Amino acid sequence: MTDAILSFEEAMAKYDPVLGFEVHVELNTKTKMFSSAPNVFGDEPNTNVNEVDLGLPGVLPVVNKTAIESSIKIGLALNCKIAETCRFARKNYFYPDTPKNFQTSQYDEPIAYDGYLDIELSDGTVFRVEIERAHMEEDAGKLTHMGGSAGRIQGADYSLVDYNRSGVPLVEIVTKPIEGAGSRAPELAKAYVAAVREIVKNLGVSDAKMERGNVRCDANVSLRPHGRERFGIRSETKNVNSLRAVEHAVRYEIQRHAAVLDSGEPVVQETRHWHEDTRTTTSGRPKSDADDYRYFPEPDLVPVVASREWVEELRATLPEPPAERRKRLQADWGYSDLEFRDVVNAGVMDEIEETIAAGASSTVARKWWMGEIVGRAKAADVDPGQLGVKPATIVELGKLVEAGSINNKMAAEVLDAVLAGEGSPAEIIEKRGLAVVSDDGPLLEAIDAALAAQPDVADKIRGGKVQAIGAIVGGVMKATRGQADAGRVRELILEKLGVTV
Amino acid sequence: MTELNTQDAAGLIRSSAATLAGKLAAGEVSAVEVTQAHLDRIAAVDGGERGVNAFLHVNTEEALAVAAEVDSIRTAGGAEAEKLHALAGVPIAVKDLIVTIGQPTTAGSKILEGWHSPYDATVVKRLRDARMPILGKTNLDEFAMGSSTEHSAYGPTRNPWDLDRIPGGSGGGSAAAVAAFEAPLALGTDTGGSIRQPGAVTGTVGVKPTYGSVSRYGAIAMASSLDQIGPVSRTVLDSALLHQVIGGHDPRDSTSLPDPLADLVAAASIGNVEGLRIGIIKELHGEGYQAGVENRFNESLELLKGAGAEIVEVSCPNFQYALGAYYLIMPSEASSNLAKFDGVRFGLRVLPKDAPLTIERVMGATRAAGFGDEVKRRIILGTYALSAGYYDAYYGSAQKVRTLVQRDFEAAFAKADVLISPTAPTTAFKLGEKLDDPLAMYLNDVATIPANLAGVPGLSLPGGLADEDGLPVGIQLLAPARQDARLYRVGAVLESLLEAKWGGPLLDQAPSLVELVETKVVEPVETLVETHGGSH
Repeated sequence: MTDAILSFEEAMAKYDPVLGFEVHVELNTKTKMFSSAPNVFGDEPNTNVNEVDLGLPGVLPVVNKTAIESSIKIGLALNCKIAETCRFARKNYFYPDTPKNFQTSQYDEPIAYDGYLDIELSDGTVFRVEIERAHMEEDAGKLTHMGGSAGRIQGADYSLVDYNRSGVPLVEIVTKPIEGAGSRAPELAKAYVAAVREIVKNLGVSDAKMERGNVRCDANVSLRPHGRERFGIRSETKNVNSLRAVEHAVRYEIQRHAAVLDSGEPVVQETRHWHEDTRTTTSGRPKSDADDYRYFPEPDLVPVVASREWVEELRATLPEPPAERRKRLQADWGYSDLEFRDVVNAGVMDEIEETIAAGASSTVARKWWMGEIVGRAKAADVDPGQLGVKPATIVELGKLVEAGSINNKMAAEVLDAVLAGEGSPAEIIEKRGLAVVSDDGPLLEAIDAALAAQPDVADKIRGGKVQAIGAIVGGVMKATRGQADAGRVRELILEKLGVTV
Repeated sequence: MTELNTQDAAGLIRSSAATLAGKLAAGEVSAVEVTQAHLDRIAAVDGGERGVNAFLHVNTEEALAVAAEVDSIRTAGGAEAEKLHALAGVPIAVKDLIVTIGQPTTAGSKILEGWHSPYDATVVKRLRDARMPILGKTNLDEFAMGSSTEHSAYGPTRNPWDLDRIPGGSGGGSAAAVAAFEAPLALGTDTGGSIRQPGAVTGTVGVKPTYGSVSRYGAIAMASSLDQIGPVSRTVLDSALLHQVIGGHDPRDSTSLPDPLADLVAAASIGNVEGLRIGIIKELHGEGYQAGVENRFNESLELLKGAGAEIVEVSCPNFQYALGAYYLIMPSEASSNLAKFDGVRFGLRVLPKDAPLTIERVMGATRAAGFGDEVKRRIILGTYALSAGYYDAYYGSAQKVRTLVQRDFEAAFAKADVLISPTAPTTAFKLGEKLDDPLAMYLNDVATIPANLAGVPGLSLPGGLADEDGLPVGIQLLAPARQDARLYRVGAVLESLLEAKWGGPLLDQAPSLVELVETKVVEPVETLVETHGGSH
């Protein structure tokens, strides 16, 4: 069953969206939040576990000090206050991905609170998102539902549990309700999550790979008619695990809420699941504020004490904030404001930085990422960074073009082949016999043929209308199947016709 | 191995750990002989219809192997022998709430039947480091919930003083094993009195150390903020020796104190109490305490006074709320701690009889079949107390009472160096007597619970026999947190004064167990099958 939706414009005409985000950041500590088992992604199931992660009888948790440091750093980077002392609590619920049948999480005493993040939108305006809190907790194991349909628990024959992720340290960043974004809500959503991801990556506290679940976003959306103070009923969309998905999910939920409100029905407060394939959400379980997790202070842990000295020491180690870093990079690279904003909005700033670091000029790096790769990513419907283009590939292609070995058109073809896994640029050029024809002999023959075929154009050029040369160049390129250096062809035509420019 | 004659064996099993340590060091006896003597005693008195039933598992092979290792190190001499711990080769029993590699750990519950821990508790590691042979695992109320050991899923333990009576609980197995000379030492756990109350009713010594001074890592948690592992023995000095082995900081337990352990053995050897202020807690004797208990308590006070201690009276008015607060905090924490027993990863798994076979129903069926009534009672109570809307009134208020109890202790310790009270209001009651009356059972811990709420250490030692029933009475000493040494100093002095009065250890007056165990009585003890709700 698909839900009715309104067009986004129609929804905006009637309603104001209010957003809220819970972003979970997996920390990249060596060991887990409460145990000495390794915190490693992608290993054989149930190998990175010890008795603590399995919740065996008698075990006790011990807080990972590095995880506390990382959490404080995140709090500081989000302009939060850092609690002098804070506690963990137990969130009690029975579910097999949680081996103790409670999650150890901070509840009423988060380590960081009352912060904000300034988000720059594509038109250059800055939107302030208030941060309510950033708190520490442990991740659950991973369930794989076998049999039944579509890997859902409903109708599954049985489920497998991998406890490798159980106990991985998480920081959950919760915003205050975000009002006033209007039609830019979807863009703001994407930009906010991108900013959080950028911050934690920049701090070095998380691998920050959304595709691996290092950064996971739950997006809360509600609508209220223009002019109304009171918030509408919200939905919480889970499983929104790419930047594009965040934008799409918020946009979709706004459209869906609008249709529900228009129909006169109340919006159901519930969890929604995001489906990347259909770009829609479906209803999860109803969620109400009456969910009773029987929180109480974790008696196996003593309070975490963050002395002011420690906090200041950590503050002193913080890297350059992303906004300042952007200013610096723009100056270093010599991009105009517009060029740089395009780079940022396209989400390829890090990639360009890496490409320049690998040896490309800032112009070449921008030309490739903005001119070639962003378009391919859009076509493939993924983030540019996910295409798997290596900086070294671009450096190599740039050098080949510069040396005149291949032209831009060929280089683009080579890039496609690299992405298709056919090998390195050099191997592909070799295999496909791609090379700019640099011997003038065959070119001159092709030029003669082209001039003979279009005598009127030749006359125009002789007569001084040099811009007409394109037709002859085109003919030569066609005849040489694109392997000629267009610049050289132009020179030879002008020479042949005795025209000096 | 030399065969010991019966008399020598009897001498060995009745020896204190300190005496055994001396004999082992002097080469008068081998660790294998000592261990074998205790294993023989277990075989003689523990099993059978009328046996003490202190042990759920006897660890014969490993215990003898460890003993043989100690003997060979000692025989070889040199640096390795020099390094041997004073208690090396002295055997010990471990409460079956504490996990051990190589032996089952059941927590006295069906839900863990047959489960083997893949890791050792920190205290067990320390026993192994000291090369103390572990004789086996001792019986307890299921998940340490009870005051009589009758809530064990594996049948009750019997009190060696009267096999028709309870040995206290939850650590009735450890106390009875020591009282029955099946082990010179044992480990217990004390959440509301589970070491001290069994000590009182079996005429043995039991110590609940300061909260955080002995690692809880590997003790299956009932109530994390109250649980504490401690020593069980027949003499105060022996408890000090064992406390010294198991105590001290453990990085695996976040609530473990960083303090270095005081010299408790030295404290037990000071030998005087002159000038010490000993405070009688007004609220913890008198009304509600058995007359014979009260008499023995007063007798101990006189002895201490005679030895130069200053007896003062202190009042702890909030202790009257301690039991109520305890029965909210303990079940609250227990309801969460016991959530992990769900049949998914370890232990019992019971499938529901009918479809659908969902995870929730498997968990439900497992817990319904695997937990006994007392455990269910406390889980339900705790779940309720933590529920939204009730949390502040129950758990929240109980935590406030806890703070008030702590303040009462602070005020009392401003006036007295050590506090004193009877350990339990009565001597051992009959098996089955209070099984249907949970409240009456809970009242047994009225004098021991305040120490757990405040985290302060407590020691129970034998105070003599009650006039009316001839059963042991326990005297409880309490000290400020981290001042466990005071308990050993005062306890050892009182013990020697009392033993001088009795003409020997109190347990010398206990009946000869072998005859009792072998005597078939007409009246069978009520079995507890129906209280465990399980169908297996």
